[in-house]
Amino acid sequence: MSASADNPALRANRLAAGYDGRQVLREVSIDAGFGELVAIVGPNGAGKSTLLKLLAGTIAPWHGSIDLLGRPLADYERRALARIVAVVGQENATAFPFTVLETVLMGRAPHLARFSFESPRDLAVARAALERLGLLGLAGRYVQELSGGERKRVVIARALAQEPKIALLDEPTAFLDMKHVAEIFAILRELCAARRLAVIATLHDLNAAALYADRVLLLKDGAAVASGAPEQVLTAANLRAVYDTEVYVGRNPATGALMVLPAAFSGSRSRSPA
Amino acid sequence: MTRPAASLDHFASEAAADGLHRAHLTFARLLAVLGILTVILLIVAVTACAFGSVHVDLVRAFSDRAGADHAIFFAARLPRVLMAAIVGAVLAASGAALQALVRNPLAEGGILGISGGGAFGAIVALIVGARLGAPEGIVPLCAFGAALLSTVAVYRLAVVEGRLEPFTLLLVGVIFNSFWGAAIMIVNATVNFYVVHSILFWLMGSFEAPTWREIATAAGLGTLGFAALMAHARDMNLLSLGDEAAGELGVDVDRVRRAIFLWTSIMIGAAVSVSGIISFVGLIVPHVIRLALGADHRLLLPAALLGGAAFMIAADLLARTIIAPAELPVGAITALCGGPFFVYLLRRGSCGSLWS
Repeated sequence: MSASADNPALRANRLAAGYDGRQVLREVSIDAGFGELVAIVGPNGAGKSTLLKLLAGTIAPWHGSIDLLGRPLADYERRALARIVAVVGQENATAFPFTVLETVLMGRAPHLARFSFESPRDLAVARAALERLGLLGLAGRYVQELSGGERKRVVIARALAQEPKIALLDEPTAFLDMKHVAEIFAILRELCAARRLAVIATLHDLNAAALYADRVLLLKDGAAVASGAPEQVLTAANLRAVYDTEVYVGRNPATGALMVLPAAFSGSRSRSPA
Repeated sequence: MTRPAASLDHFASEAAADGLHRAHLTFARLLAVLGILTVILLIVAVTACAFGSVHVDLVRAFSDRAGADHAIFFAARLPRVLMAAIVGAVLAASGAALQALVRNPLAEGGILGISGGGAFGAIVALIVGARLGAPEGIVPLCAFGAALLSTVAVYRLAVVEGRLEPFTLLLVGVIFNSFWGAAIMIVNATVNFYVVHSILFWLMGSFEAPTWREIATAAGLGTLGFAALMAHARDMNLLSLGDEAAGELGVDVDRVRRAIFLWTSIMIGAAVSVSGIISFVGLIVPHVIRLALGADHRLLLPAALLGGAAFMIAADLLARTIIAPAELPVGAITALCGGPFFVYLLRRGSCGSLWS
């Protein structure tokens, strides 16, 4: 698929999985090289989140293989896995009043021995993550008091504090405004470049996938429809088939970037109902 | 990935300059808080040893071995204060752990049916034992056994597809709690007045005349359980992020849940077997400490241990002095003080910390 495929950070082959005997994913393969950002797109219920949970080791596949850094996922002990893979899930529960800094420091847990306290280095890593996400001013605030977008950034900062090699993000930009969406992707791209982080993210936002992803995997009903560079995958024909709605795929006249617009609605809002 | 050491030192000193050390638990603060709480506990304990229906001169209690002060202090006052301290400590620390387990600040040994089962076991042993002429030591043993049996039943019912489900656990616990309450009421209705009084002892809780063996047993089991809980303190922090997030950060969620539930049951069973049901301590002490000092369980657990001990000694001091020489049930005191205070804290609304 790409040059990095020879030495991928993550490679999964022919995964099948489901819940309670109901199959959700069939024969899906995905890989991500170091420094690469791969987007998983598809309609609701296509199996995006399930695929991410498989890659995170949260659920086990019915069959198929997952290798991380060249070793089978199942060979990793739980904490060792957490030192390599960071997951940003869709839910972020906060049952008790933890501060933003305390929550981000929890990302250091897989690196710490049972009774030890966070070292100055752990604190420095957490601080850098807070600074990167623009959360330094909120360090002493309770996570419960923050807005949805701020909480999302806290979770991403916690993932950064893990110092992972692979980041798996489930809808990382849901609930975020345009500015913060752009910021999150800028951070992810920078981490890809500077730390050779491998990023796999599920995305609803096809324009974000087109703009920021190196490669895109398009899922429908648990099966891969297309996979490759955004221009090859996000075509009007593919999207019409997968989303069952009319779309317009073109170029942003200002930047030349690939863009996807819904085209099913052609009426005018100003017209009063007859 | 790895930055040069110099740059990290720079970051660390910057972190100190930002005041970031105030926004999380440091080892220095842990020691300071526990030191202060220890001093408070000692002051409360010494006060409680001196006062009561009869005043005890503490100096004479130690110097004059033949005197009345010595006799009262070692035979009655000290065992009672020690027992209150142990039970308060155990209930508060296990309450904090159970709240982490179900991810809900309203969990407690009573609400999960552990104490109710223990009290029922004690009452049945009391009645049957009296008929059969069994030694009195059988009662705490039965209380402990019944508390564990009730726990096992609750646990089995709360396991869904091999996993301990927090919400189901809470519901099953509440149901068991009222079930045991009803069972006790039925037994209560069938016995004579003299036995009813003993039953009341188990329902309202008391630290009257504990034996040294009871004290040693409760202290031993409490220490063991507390050590086991402390080993999972950071896991408890991570559990608050949700099961999936905790697992993704390296916590074996199912194993940690089982360990917390097992050890808190043993601790609460031990407490109930020597003192009866004492409510609210497991709820209110962790809650107050969380509001005042933060949610980190590495601080919360030991602080609840010390705070629970001090709170219980003070409550028992009130129970035995307000209408001296008669006594109030200490469980009623804790509920009377605890209830309104709890409501006040809830209504205050914000979870504002004392140091931010």
